[in-house]
Amino acid sequence: MKPDLFEAPDYYNLDDLFSEEHKLVRDAARQWVKRDISPIIESYAQKAEFPKQILGGLAEIGAFGPYIPETYGGAGLDQISYGLIMQEIERGDSGVRSTASVQSSLVMYPIYTYGSEEQRKKYLPKLATGELMGCFGLTEPNHGSNPSGMETKFKDAGDHYLLNGAKLWISNSPFADIAVVWAKNEDGRIQGLIVERGMDGFSTPETHNKWSLRASATGELIFDNVKVPKANLLPGKSGLGAPLGCLDSARYGIAWGAIGAAMDCYDTALRYAKERMQFGKPIAAFQLQQKKLAEMITEITKAQLLAFRLGQLKNEGKATTQQISMAKRNNVDMALKIAREARQVLGAMGITGDYSIMRHMMNLESVITYEGTHDIHLLITGADITGIPAFT
Amino acid sequence: MKILVCISNVPDTTSKINFTDGDTKFDANGVQFVINPNDEFGLTRAMWFKEKQGATVHVATVGETTVEPTMRKALAIGADEAIRVNSVPTDGYFVAQQLAEVVKNGGYDLVIAGRESIDYNGGMVPGILATLLGMNFVNTCTNLEVDGTNATAIREIDGGKEKIATTLPLVIAGQKGLVEESDLRIPNMRGIMMARKKALNVIEPIEATKATEDTKFEKPAPKGAVRLIDAENIDELIELLHNEAKVI
Repeated sequence: MKPDLFEAPDYYNLDDLFSEEHKLVRDAARQWVKRDISPIIESYAQKAEFPKQILGGLAEIGAFGPYIPETYGGAGLDQISYGLIMQEIERGDSGVRSTASVQSSLVMYPIYTYGSEEQRKKYLPKLATGELMGCFGLTEPNHGSNPSGMETKFKDAGDHYLLNGAKLWISNSPFADIAVVWAKNEDGRIQGLIVERGMDGFSTPETHNKWSLRASATGELIFDNVKVPKANLLPGKSGLGAPLGCLDSARYGIAWGAIGAAMDCYDTALRYAKERMQFGKPIAAFQLQQKKLAEMITEITKAQLLAFRLGQLKNEGKATTQQISMAKRNNVDMALKIAREARQVLGAMGITGDYSIMRHMMNLESVITYEGTHDIHLLITGADITGIPAFT
Repeated sequence: MKILVCISNVPDTTSKINFTDGDTKFDANGVQFVINPNDEFGLTRAMWFKEKQGATVHVATVGETTVEPTMRKALAIGADEAIRVNSVPTDGYFVAQQLAEVVKNGGYDLVIAGRESIDYNGGMVPGILATLLGMNFVNTCTNLEVDGTNATAIREIDGGKEKIATTLPLVIAGQKGLVEESDLRIPNMRGIMMARKKALNVIEPIEATKATEDTKFEKPAPKGAVRLIDAENIDELIELLHNEAKVI
């Protein structure tokens, strides 16, 4: 892996819009990624292993629940800070960002938002320090884009619930200490349960042979008559809206994160194009390369503005699910296209692990599918502007 | 022990340097500023004194409001309090007089300044500061231990090291070696949160004169193109090195 020479593009001087604290938080994350992620990430991706030693560092830079109030061990930061942290981590690797997104938005967020005071106190401070790691079980083998059809269910068994079913494509599952699991009760209503590692009948087999998010651990959650204490039911909300609320938060983070991956690809391609000589001049001097680079920075700038405005709306509590869908869809698609174009700029060198581009590209193939597929997000916008849902 | 670390706000080392107003002023447009690396080594060593010996650490700078993010970062790294003398840092003599006033009013035992800032490389402030305060002074300091009021410092000298025994109150001009690059700290979230509540005091400058004025800046000439000489043609190479490059 080459030394990390990353310089963040800021074509529209967005830094002028960020507060002093936003920049302090972002720069700390940026510095940490350069020091602790860039030197190791390629080898972990190549050997398909999650670098567990970075969990403490992720907690230190505030990647676990940055917007959770200080009372519960969070940092009490705003949504733009959360976005900037996700951007910087994904600049390093989408898999590492996924681990942070899951912990923050899919585990800490539901426990904070839908959990009891006891649950908040019990889990959130330890999740914030990384002492406990969590995962989120919604997707099932037969229910991806249609989570309401889920088959995982639980029933009242007196002093506990009995949970049965299976979840698939679960980031962090192989090492998570707890899982926030969505299942149907006896009335068919979706509710959240906190399942802890070690409970009888609960297993988390790892998913192998991924070509994407290789430095992130993905697996299944299998529940075979798992006895879940009644105190582990999230009491605050039921129905599909509860897990979807978590997804809003995670998708918002992804909209920022994808910018990080795109920035890294663009920055790498720009540097390479200025140094690589062909026909007696740098390839950056050729119009076709300039077209690629100019379009990349244009798209990154548009994505940055979209994410910034969405951040303002989130801070004001006004961001809609539909607005978040648009940003997630646009920004991930933008990043994936930039990764592909940037790979072309590097020619054959682009396929090697000496550069981060192909790793980002392969990672983004997951990111464009998880947390609502590219197509489903389009239909969310379609339904919003026409008033006619076209999902089925 | 009460320590003051003097901080310069300098352009990041990757910044593209330009000048305006007929090459008399630095163009700060689009430039990222950081804690002067020599000061950061000193700040990190001061954190060590804080954690191991219970020292109190303040940071001070001379600058306008634009330097506040740099001071807030120093607070996030762990300094207890920050002081900003509200003025443009015109030259080393002016800055040293302002900092001397801060030291007098704060009653510091140890003042750590960077050997030089990496922007203008004046290297004047620590020495002038020690002189104005009548404190002991160790220049180009690469290690410092303090035991009560006794201090042991190591400084770089030509081709070797010099070990010095001295006493507090003391001014040192620090550099790499006080700590290593791998010891430098990234502000963690707890530090950033605590920095919100720490004081960043702004004080007005005292009447002071400057001793020098920048009249013009000049960038090095851009590197010329490489000229390849055929390996067979040694005579031409020697002729060019002698008559054109004038290096032999």
